[in-house]
Amino acid sequence: MSGLFEEIHEQPAADVPTRRVSITVNGDKRVAQVEPRLLLAHLLRQGLKLTGTHTGCDTTNCGACTVLFDGKPIKSCTMLAVQADGHEVTTVEGLAGASELHPIQEGFKDEHGLQCGFCTPGMMLAAKALLEENPDPTEDEVRWALSGNLCRCTGYQNIVKSVMWAAKKMQAQSAS
Amino acid sequence: MTKPLTSTSRAGGVGESPVRPDGPLKVKGEFAYSSDLWIDGMLWGATLRSPHPRARITGVDIGPALAIAGVRAVLTHADVPGDKFYGIDQRDQPVLAIDEVRYQGEPVALVAADHPEAARRALNSIEVHYEVLEPIFDAHKALFDPTSEHVHPGTNLVRHQPVRQGDPDDPAVRAQCAVVIARDYEVGIQDQAFLGPESGLAIPSEDGGIELYVATQWLHNDLAQIAPCLRLPQEKVRMTMAGVGGAFGGREDLSMQIHVAMLALHTGKPVKMVYHREESFFGHVHRHPAVMHYEHGASADGKLVFVKAQIALDGGGFASTTPAVVANAASLGVGPYEVPHVKIDAYGAYTNNPPCGAMRGFGAVQACFAYESQMDAVAEALGMSPWRLRQINAVSEGSTLPTGQVIDSPVPLSEMLDDLVAMPLPPSEEFDLRRMPGGVSNTTHGEGVRRGVGYGVGIKNICFSEGFDDYSTARVRLEMIGGEPAALVHTAAAEVGQGLVTLKAQIARTELGIERVTIAPADSRVGNAGSSSASRQSYMTGGAVKEACAAVRQRVIELAGAPADAQLVGGKVVTALGEVVAQLADVLGDTAIEETREYRHRPTERMNPLTGQGNSHVQFALCVHRAVVDVDVELGLVRVVELAAVQDVGKIMNLLSLEGQIHGGTAQGLGLAVMEEIQVANGKVLNPSFTDYLIPTILDMPPMRLKILENADPHAPYGLRGAGEPPTLSSTPAIVAAIRQATGLALKRVPIRPEHLTGTLAS
Ligand code: FES
Ligand code: FES
Repeated sequence: MSGLFEEIHEQPAADVPTRRVSITVNGDKRVAQVEPRLLLAHLLRQGLKLTGTHTGCDTTNCGACTVLFDGKPIKSCTMLAVQADGHEVTTVEGLAGASELHPIQEGFKDEHGLQCGFCTPGMMLAAKALLEENPDPTEDEVRWALSGNLCRCTGYQNIVKSVMWAAKKMQAQSAS
Repeated sequence: MTKPLTSTSRAGGVGESPVRPDGPLKVKGEFAYSSDLWIDGMLWGATLRSPHPRARITGVDIGPALAIAGVRAVLTHADVPGDKFYGIDQRDQPVLAIDEVRYQGEPVALVAADHPEAARRALNSIEVHYEVLEPIFDAHKALFDPTSEHVHPGTNLVRHQPVRQGDPDDPAVRAQCAVVIARDYEVGIQDQAFLGPESGLAIPSEDGGIELYVATQWLHNDLAQIAPCLRLPQEKVRMTMAGVGGAFGGREDLSMQIHVAMLALHTGKPVKMVYHREESFFGHVHRHPAVMHYEHGASADGKLVFVKAQIALDGGGFASTTPAVVANAASLGVGPYEVPHVKIDAYGAYTNNPPCGAMRGFGAVQACFAYESQMDAVAEALGMSPWRLRQINAVSEGSTLPTGQVIDSPVPLSEMLDDLVAMPLPPSEEFDLRRMPGGVSNTTHGEGVRRGVGYGVGIKNICFSEGFDDYSTARVRLEMIGGEPAALVHTAAAEVGQGLVTLKAQIARTELGIERVTIAPADSRVGNAGSSSASRQSYMTGGAVKEACAAVRQRVIELAGAPADAQLVGGKVVTALGEVVAQLADVLGDTAIEETREYRHRPTERMNPLTGQGNSHVQFALCVHRAVVDVDVELGLVRVVELAAVQDVGKIMNLLSLEGQIHGGTAQGLGLAVMEEIQVANGKVLNPSFTDYLIPTILDMPPMRLKILENADPHAPYGLRGAGEPPTLSSTPAIVAAIRQATGLALKRVPIRPEHLTGTLAS
């Protein structure tokens, strides 16, 4: 267990090289001057104050930090901000429309897909990526799509229900 | 920083399932968890922890750390302003280690700096000189070997609680037995693994006090521990609940509360502290590991004759809630069964292992694994079905427990088992690699895979037991807002995800006959609500809100000049016969009616220290589970195929929340059965990360079938029974029983690992 409690980071001094990145976050172009080692999760949470992206594990296990990267779900605690340069990132803050919730948000809210809610942003973004690719998934397909996201509260039953509910609503919307 | 929650739902009284008032914020990513708090100019706090489970501190040099640019404070035990010790039950834990460390990860020093990295660099520059000592890590030895060294001066015993009824050692009693089964069982250390790590923000106030924003389960007990250590009167420590990312017992003890406040007071600046996941594993107490010896004797017709048990629970370096954990294991040690002769000895030990305290179902979970395993072994020896044996011995209303306490509310265990057995089994599935144990790893196409079915039963005490003055406080205010009657409900009770905010609003709607209810943020400006633990908040804070609403209602009725038995319905004052006496709008005008009430459950007694006798519990709640598993017996891989549960909740207050509790509790029981364990060697934790400490994913947790019964408890508000913990008890033994049926192995330890199933490790 060497290294325990002995996390050592490089010193952030004036001479640390930084890079300018330009990332489209929730549709808006954001420009930042960042150290190359800065994690995307930290840029979102601390730099851009988008605290709906949570960090639960720091080791790519829990999925609480999931965001969409050019539409694909990724764990933002495992991507560097510089890797996102020139790409599009969607966080939970970008899910809802101007006046109404996204059907996936409605599903999690109305079908009790959340308790403490800490996993919810990541779950919803992973679900969004699924439903874009597969608008009419089976329960099994929902489970597989969310298998990289941990929830400690719900036992997952109502999360599956929430996503199925959202799929139905989105299908009805696109049919009408 | 913490917003009041106004419910948008128009209906939604008791028994309905309105949406959570915090749901919109949570799905929009706007709910402020404790880790999201931010105030300009704040410093970052960090904690230096002992790398050794047991060592004497011979010197600490903070000089090099203080010299680092951006470091504003480095504090040790000498800087604790007031009492140097705290603790939820006994004040035995140093705020910062003084002369000896008693577990790996014990806090030794604190740093505040302008930037988290400066703080971490400062931690690395603090020089602590340790004289490393041999850790005491075998709880059994610590308790029973007279040559063992002591963790605290003079003792390794936190509590010994016997239970005595009849005499299991009487030869005449033994002669009644057709079978006697004696076995040893073990439960590993489980972690609450809440997803949102510990964090908080402390802001110094002008009067020399402090504002603390923390995620906790019990604001007022935190306050009672924090204030004396800061040498501040309680009114100068103003606590507000920050958003809680799950709790499950792990936030009942303090973590960083005193530390962050000390740093803020010392520097005069706001300070934020956030643990990362690895630190979180060392920053809170876990579920007690247990070593248990059980002996059951039963007659040929399946009646239990006697149970003897010795239960050793390892509490680690400090007392925490170990005394209550011992009491639960002792008093519920035979399970929900009638047994004439009982001899139980439950012990809580100090060791240098990770500290243990509250986790969902505490004390009852460990005993449940052992007594349910014993029930299966007795059934097998007698050639009976496991559920039939349980029915033969099941308690019912009027039964006497081994503590002498008579169960005075419905416990329809036998009927619950009938319902469980009658539920359909999962349909046979077409071959699909993803449904094999091992899944897409392509480890089997069905060869070596065997199915098993198992049952588990659990009984849990609800609310605080053993004479504790257990109460909750609620303040309710009724007034007209924008032409509409509206209530404001204020309590200090912790919403940890369970849905208490929804329930409080439901109760206010039902009792006051209105629709619009706002839930004020939980803080210490209102009286103690007790802990969000022991499945007690629906009962206790629910009861307090109900009484405060009743007091408000009474004043409205008096103001309206209506008969005393009038009701408030749909914004009107209505007689018992349904005649409208007045509109609330007219009665209230522009006055607000506010009432505060404390609610207490009926008193309980301490267990007799020699015999365990006494009415120590308030209420009992039961859950039963059936598990279906597939086991690859060659590789030791398990897939839980389905879980079914029946639970009696007295009254369904909110079906959606309730089902969520049963699902989530069941999943944690699954984790304990097949994967979750903090592994420890010589007092050191081997797996403090979610890479190495596994919790169930959505693929591990199968679909569930539920049946919920409502046999009211006449002593409780609305007849309800606490519901959060019982499912965590019974799912573990049901899954283990199913794996036993599939493999024919005895399986006496949880969590079960593949090597226990393939014979590469004797189980
Ligand atoms: S914080 Fe990124 S996966 Fe857990
Ligand atoms: S709702 Fe708490 S972790 Fe998922």
